[in-house]
Amino acid sequence: MPELPPLYLLVNDVPVTVAPGTTVASAILIAGIPTRQSVTGEPRGPLCGMGICFECRVNIDGVQHQRSCQVLCTEGMKVRTT
Amino acid sequence: MTERFDILVVGAGPAGIAAAVTAAAAGKQVALVDDNPAAGGQIWRSDSKRPTTARTWLEKLAASSVVRLQGWRIVDSPSRGVLRADGKDGCRDLEYNQLVMATDARERFLPFPGWTLPNVMGAGGLDAMVRGGLPIADKRVVVAGTGPLLLAVAAHLARRGAKIVAICEQAPLRRFIPFLASLCGESAKAMQGIDYVRSTFGSKIYLGCWPVAASGNQKLETVTLRRGERQWEERCDFLACGFHLVPNLELPALMNCRIDKGFVAVDHLLQTSICGVFCAGEPIGIGGVEIALLEGEIAGLAAAGNTDAAIRLAQRRTRRLGFVRALATVTELDPRLKELATNATLVCRCEDVSFGRLRHHDSWREAKLHTRCGMGACQGRICGTAAEFLFDWDSGSIFSSVRPPLFPVRVSSLGHADTLADKGDSLASADMLASKETE
Repeated sequence: MPELPPLYLLVNDVPVTVAPGTTVASAILIAGIPTRQSVTGEPRGPLCGMGICFECRVNIDGVQHQRSCQVLCTEGMKVRTT
Repeated sequence: MTERFDILVVGAGPAGIAAAVTAAAAGKQVALVDDNPAAGGQIWRSDSKRPTTARTWLEKLAASSVVRLQGWRIVDSPSRGVLRADGKDGCRDLEYNQLVMATDARERFLPFPGWTLPNVMGAGGLDAMVRGGLPIADKRVVVAGTGPLLLAVAAHLARRGAKIVAICEQAPLRRFIPFLASLCGESAKAMQGIDYVRSTFGSKIYLGCWPVAASGNQKLETVTLRRGERQWEERCDFLACGFHLVPNLELPALMNCRIDKGFVAVDHLLQTSICGVFCAGEPIGIGGVEIALLEGEIAGLAAAGNTDAAIRLAQRRTRRLGFVRALATVTELDPRLKELATNATLVCRCEDVSFGRLRHHDSWREAKLHTRCGMGACQGRICGTAAEFLFDWDSGSIFSSVRPPLFPVRVSSLGHADTLADKGDSLASADMLASKETE
């Protein structure tokens, strides 16, 4: 199978390159940053990977509270963590 | 927007796919609704090397007349015979004559100091990240918790080049003897197990062992493990830690289906206590792919009215329930795991409620009212399961508090969005809506 060209997206304005089929949660882990701050200010990252725990929720293209583990990266996507 | 189907199947994992394909083959109009980007569930995640069984069923699904509603999450049952789904572009109502719920299971997480640090994930959680594109080659990974998922995840990550530092299974050796015996009737699982062990060859496997702490600056750096009296530290990039699986019972609870000892009660044709509502896969007993597929077929045939064929398959299912029971026994939690959390350890990760604040309460309801535990975005899916084990609270009371929407939805998706307009594009959860109604 020929390899598809990589995708470029912005995570907090920082460019990240990923393979097609990559979830937004995995792209944020590749960028090495937390997905959110907890209500007491702790950094958090993904926990369950299946849309249950809500730890990976981020703003994707202006839409808040998207569970990034259930969204695939698209070219030019803008992701913002909180 | 309302659409009508003979049979609606919720959940596109093995059980749901089998139910949908089987019912469609019987000539019914079938829709399969699922909240992930692609069909396959958690076990058949998009990956270049899907097993043959997965490819076969996904091809059958592609070739079938099943209407696939991928990326839609069931949030409510507004009236009898209708489920409401929430997606990227709002809500849609799905009408059905018969319903098959194949809502799968989730990992059980237990709190210990440091479990909220980034890069401490579920075993299935880390596996999902890797299948979702996270490079794992040369990363140091500790896999811990309980259940066969640990070995499956360790094997997959090892094949991807991860350095599996340790595999820690909480169950002691003596528990494995009846479990291994139960594998005699499950040759596919036995072969898979051998394959896993081969893939993780060279990794240290500790039985009767678990993590007692995770530490690091802003993210995980070190895991402290304990086995009996011995305690030691391992440096690692990821901790993949899950304590087996618990079924997703929110939809069955909302439908008022009878739940018995933590699982949906069904008859031999997998019909729940509600006529025309069927349940298949992990919500009726944790047993893995092969049994889930069989149950999907039984539920699909029964929902389509092909009772004779369903009865024949149901006999095959009965013969395999020994494995389900053996798996439940081997994954029973060691009571010492209740002592991992300190007073400062958070139990509710959404509202940051600590063990110390919860321990004096007598019930889930009381804890919720006094501490906001379980009232955040996950609506108690993570902390409720942990609290049930930590405090021996009745799971019935946890599921009696299930209310729509089953998942927080964007306010713009709600019918009565006008009354909540001041919340803008925020999330509305059942608890938030309840407090709004009482104002």
